[in-house]
Amino acid sequence: MSSAKDRMIARAAREIAPGMVVNLGIGLPTKVVDHLPAGFPVCLHTENGLTGIGPTLPPERADRNLIDAGGAYVSTVPGSAFFDSATSFAMVRSGRLDLTMLGAFEVAANGDLANWKIPGKFSPGVGGGIELAQKARRVVVLSTHTDRAGNPKLKAECALPLTAHRCVARIFTDMAVIDITPQGFALREIAQGRTLHEVAQATGAPLILPDAPPPTF
Amino acid sequence: MKLPDKTTTIEAAIARIKDGDSVMVGGFGVPGTPMTLIRALVDHGARDLTLIKNDANEPDMGIDHLLQSGQVTRLITTHLGLNAHAIALMNAGKLDVEFNAQGILAERIRAGGAGLGAVLSDIGIGTELAQGKQVVDLAGKPHLVETALRADVALIHAERADTFGNLAYTGTAQNFNPLMAMAADCVIAEVETLLPLGALTAGEVQTVGVFVDHVAELETLSEEYAVVQR
Repeated sequence: MSSAKDRMIARAAREIAPGMVVNLGIGLPTKVVDHLPAGFPVCLHTENGLTGIGPTLPPERADRNLIDAGGAYVSTVPGSAFFDSATSFAMVRSGRLDLTMLGAFEVAANGDLANWKIPGKFSPGVGGGIELAQKARRVVVLSTHTDRAGNPKLKAECALPLTAHRCVARIFTDMAVIDITPQGFALREIAQGRTLHEVAQATGAPLILPDAPPPTF
Repeated sequence: MKLPDKTTTIEAAIARIKDGDSVMVGGFGVPGTPMTLIRALVDHGARDLTLIKNDANEPDMGIDHLLQSGQVTRLITTHLGLNAHAIALMNAGKLDVEFNAQGILAERIRAGGAGLGAVLSDIGIGTELAQGKQVVDLAGKPHLVETALRADVALIHAERADTFGNLAYTGTAQNFNPLMAMAADCVIAEVETLLPLGALTAGEVQTVGVFVDHVAELETLSEEYAVVQR
């Protein structure tokens, strides 16, 4: 993994405050857990029926009945609980999740999120994504700043089918930390070695820049 | 008094499934997927089935065997991302797929098992998943009518059971099993360990035997239940 991507994940980990209940989406967000200090007080939730996710285990040490929603073999911690899918999403829809970190295909300047379908190319179904995006108390996105072809993922409006409207609060990319504000995208922090001009060029909508040089990560 | 004995064999239980039946199948990934009942349904050969399952497992695993054998016409699910074969069937128009938000599928099944007609929710409003659904205004906010789901048959996997059909699960193998076990006209449970009445204590029971029609103990656990080597 590139160091910029690794620093993005490490920076995103600092978004998790002590005492939170957190769901980390499939893909990049699940790697955030590796950057939490040992003994950090947090309750990780996975929608297939576990609160209190412990470290990921290699196949030879795995329990065949203990996975996360992405299919990785995980473990429990003291105080973990198992539950069914209705209970799991009762937690999500009723606002028990303080934070969810999700991947994205596109994020719009108003916080709209598209992360589940590319018509004609990729349509595996939305799983629990809509409920997480719509109902977690805070939704942040963890994503590369551009797609593989170099096109901006941060756009004035989403072109792809939406997961949820106006749900994203903050975006962590390999180039910057960007907040969704009433005025649109606002840069808060910048990756080491990047210039404000580069970030603005790679963003598909106006980017509000800070008056003073922003912190780096 | 003594609680009735519902024990049977996998084959005898599966023999009740008819062409055209709707079949709920427990499981989220491997945990909780009734692999042996699924294999028996492949051997049984009932066709034109509607399956209701969270995911389509992975290629050559779980319900993928039923997709490969051409027994499934329609699949009500939430995510097919780990089964490229299922996605290919869908894209080729050979499998009719209805996607649900995951927790909404759970609630539709729970409602079906609880004797309710529907649940109301604001999940997915303004997205593709709302298309075609009835909208009702509740306290000034639009809600989608998510109709209850029941099936002709439910195939359940539990860790332990007694002869009355009281069930207990383990780990993340609960998922949709306790919900589906309440939502079908004929509920068939495969169990890793079958215990005499009383050995599963009243407090340990997670699915009450009243909901369960047939219980079959697994003689062995096939390779499909094992940790997936990726």
